[in-house]
Amino acid sequence: MSTNIIDQLTQTDYKYGFSTDIETDIIPIGLSEEVVRIISEKKNEPEWMLDFRLKAYHHWLTMKMPSWAHLNIPDIDFQSIAYYAAPRKNAPQSLDEVDPELLKTFNKLGISMEEQKMLSGVAVDVVMDSVSVKTTFKESLAEMGIIFCSFSEAVEHHPDLVQKYMGSVVPYADNFFATLNCAVFSDGSFVYIPKGVRCPMELSTYFRINAINTGQFERTLIVADEDSYVSYLEGCTAPMRDENQLHAAIVEIVVMKNAEVKYSTVQNWYPGDKNGVGGIYNFVTKRGICKGDNSKLSWTQVETGSAITWKYPSCILLGDNSSAEFYSVAVTNHHQQADTGTKMLHIGKNTSSHILSKGISAGQSQNSYRGLVRINPKAENARNFSQCDSLLLGDKCGAHTFPYMEVNNDSAIVEHEATTSKINEDQIFYCNQRGLSTETAVGLIVNGYAKDVLNQLPMEFAVEAQKLLQITLEGSVG
Amino acid sequence: MEQQYIDLYKQHHESIKKHSAAVMNELRDAAFALFEELHFPTIELENYKYTDLTSALSVDYGLNINRIPMPVNPYEVFTCDVPGIHSYLYFVVNDAFYPVNDIRNKTLPEGVIIGSLNQIAESHPELVKQYFGKLTSNKNDGLIAFNGAFAQDGFFMYVPKNVVLDKPVQLVNIMRSDVDSMANSHNLIILEEGSKAQLLVCDHTVDEVRFLSNRVTEVFVGQNAIYEHYKLENTHTKTTNLSTLLIDQQESSNVLANVITLHNGQTRNTIEIDLDGENCESLLCGMVIADKNQLVDNFTSIIHNKPNCQSRELFKYVLDDSSKGGFTGKLFVAKDAQKTAAFQTNRNILLSKTAKMRTKPQLEIYADDVKCSHGATIGSLDESAKFYMQSRGISENEARLLLMFAFTNDVIENIRIPALQDRIKMLVEKRLRGELSKCEGCVICQ
Repeated sequence: MSTNIIDQLTQTDYKYGFSTDIETDIIPIGLSEEVVRIISEKKNEPEWMLDFRLKAYHHWLTMKMPSWAHLNIPDIDFQSIAYYAAPRKNAPQSLDEVDPELLKTFNKLGISMEEQKMLSGVAVDVVMDSVSVKTTFKESLAEMGIIFCSFSEAVEHHPDLVQKYMGSVVPYADNFFATLNCAVFSDGSFVYIPKGVRCPMELSTYFRINAINTGQFERTLIVADEDSYVSYLEGCTAPMRDENQLHAAIVEIVVMKNAEVKYSTVQNWYPGDKNGVGGIYNFVTKRGICKGDNSKLSWTQVETGSAITWKYPSCILLGDNSSAEFYSVAVTNHHQQADTGTKMLHIGKNTSSHILSKGISAGQSQNSYRGLVRINPKAENARNFSQCDSLLLGDKCGAHTFPYMEVNNDSAIVEHEATTSKINEDQIFYCNQRGLSTETAVGLIVNGYAKDVLNQLPMEFAVEAQKLLQITLEGSVG
Repeated sequence: MEQQYIDLYKQHHESIKKHSAAVMNELRDAAFALFEELHFPTIELENYKYTDLTSALSVDYGLNINRIPMPVNPYEVFTCDVPGIHSYLYFVVNDAFYPVNDIRNKTLPEGVIIGSLNQIAESHPELVKQYFGKLTSNKNDGLIAFNGAFAQDGFFMYVPKNVVLDKPVQLVNIMRSDVDSMANSHNLIILEEGSKAQLLVCDHTVDEVRFLSNRVTEVFVGQNAIYEHYKLENTHTKTTNLSTLLIDQQESSNVLANVITLHNGQTRNTIEIDLDGENCESLLCGMVIADKNQLVDNFTSIIHNKPNCQSRELFKYVLDDSSKGGFTGKLFVAKDAQKTAAFQTNRNILLSKTAKMRTKPQLEIYADDVKCSHGATIGSLDESAKFYMQSRGISENEARLLLMFAFTNDVIENIRIPALQDRIKMLVEKRLRGELSKCEGCVICQ
């Protein structure tokens, strides 16, 4: 392939880069006990919530930023970040009341809310910076007993549920970024599916980062009670920024007996320009627990954005016969760095897990898979299969694999395989022969390579995911 | 834990230096300073995640700083050599090269130098200086630094240009002491352009006391040279064996390293192969059979620095009782190492509820035109294969043995010395039948 094409393609800019002028209500930058109290006060939180935040804050002061990841993270000054930003306007009741600027933003992204409401039947809980601006389809879901609301609403209206499950999967002292989130989290989504209810539509939240220098600290809690089912979508695109933004979210999922949760995410935070300037730091703690017997949890992620990604969606397989899946496509380009993977902790009997990770690195990026499969001594007949493939486009990027397998039970079968290679010249030649340009050929091959994962995405998401993949990949093929 | 050794060095560094060659002493203080900074590795360190040295290091070991000769007849201790192997035979007792006047060693080809590192560092300082410490200098490792500070002797082998050693060289490390003791030795092996050598290293223990050996081996393989390194460990359960093998390969060289742990206490093998020339080929394999409370951790790295090299890695573990296995296989492909082909396999069998295996295959790749893969599995014996054999009249026990033997066989088949291959097959079979564990203390089969 000629270097011309490579150069030309790797120069592609971030196509979703734009910023919306919405007034935001920002408290002074920096982090202190005072700031934690202000955040809690602004959100009218009850005493127990403030206690939780303060406990986390004091613990955070004793922690150090982890350095084990295969990432080159510039020093982050946690005192130069604003920890809270909320759109000034009051939460609107219908689309008409929504800030037209905001609607314009979504239209630019091609995810018109009206269209989504009508065509796909997806209830969208839009998180614009830190406070949920709009929640749709709430009423129709409420009829079935499903709670789908912003986290602050949940704290207000369902304190018992929040108190019971918040921090039960990711404890407040879990890790540096999770603890920071516990202290200062702004808002997020809360989902509760009652016993025996199969959620009729895919629940979706579009996260956006929109104010300069505002760390976004989202918190999502999904609880699927016995015999229930829910498919949850999370997606994000972010406007262009010159200064790095910190994103430290927590996602907790609790899956009870016979329940199933499918969590899909397309992540496209602003990755920085082609010189590696700007971009989001994405340090996310995602963890689910298969608490009851026969429960099932599935993570699907398409990671195309962020300057730095540090993310390991994990599953604790506690219930007998529970199963977990992890499907991931991670694409890095330019100077992006990603260290992502999963943890599968087998505790119950007859548990199974499946990991499929596809990494694609281009430009001067570094893409790592890091995963842990642990079989506890009492986890009889556990089964795991992991496959991690890496594709290298260009000679300046890196692809790395760090799998950990810890087996403490002889009845377990754990398998891992990984390959790293570049696109096969023969395949490109084959396509060329049949009249396809090299660019199209590479696109086809890469799409085929990621297909196993993309197939796992719900219909509504697959379209956007493919679009994002194309945009990121078009600029990286070589 | 480290403080007693730090004090020891501060008080006695004069006498340590007095008993060792100037070339070795040159790097000693720097190594000590590094050790003072790093201390002994703990499980907090990523590279020592699976090796917990706390209990091994809490023993009060004796160190033979003043080089008092150990009264031992190595031939008595080492009664069974490999039949039909016809090797050049050398001994290192504890941490000192043990001079024997063996008739077999008289026929060494001209120019080949084999002997005590300390003595040769005195008699050929220029030769030793050129290589000594070159591979350890950039390692940020507490154990290597400790070895650099305390090692006073070891095995030395030099094979000049285009010389082919007709017979394998056998090095027997014997641990012999009446009190708990520690041995630090440094081996240096140099193969010049176009030469060929095979080295068989056997680790044995004699007395029923606690031993800790910390051995560092540096191997330099010149252009077009062929080197084979076999390490066979057969020690008792009170032994802590820490061994570091560093191999540097130049253009078009070929290296085979085979690390077999048959019986041991706690073992940590750190193996690093640097491919510093084009068209190199390396094959690194190993096998572990462990039971009781044995611990074996093989930490391997293959570093591809130059293009067009090939490497293969194969490690197999059979773990029974409460034994614990650890494996790290790091495959590093540097930015310009295009056309690299590197494949790694690690397979493990757990035979009991309490055996534990930790494996960490790891790829770090910075070049794009490469083919790299790794595979790792952990499981138990195939029930249907066992049933198949049982249904054909083979007893369950025999079927189990056959399966385990077949499992380990592809590591043994990589041994390129036929006599040694037969010997290890026999030892493995005995080991799998549990016969070797019976004569603890004298693990050398009678």
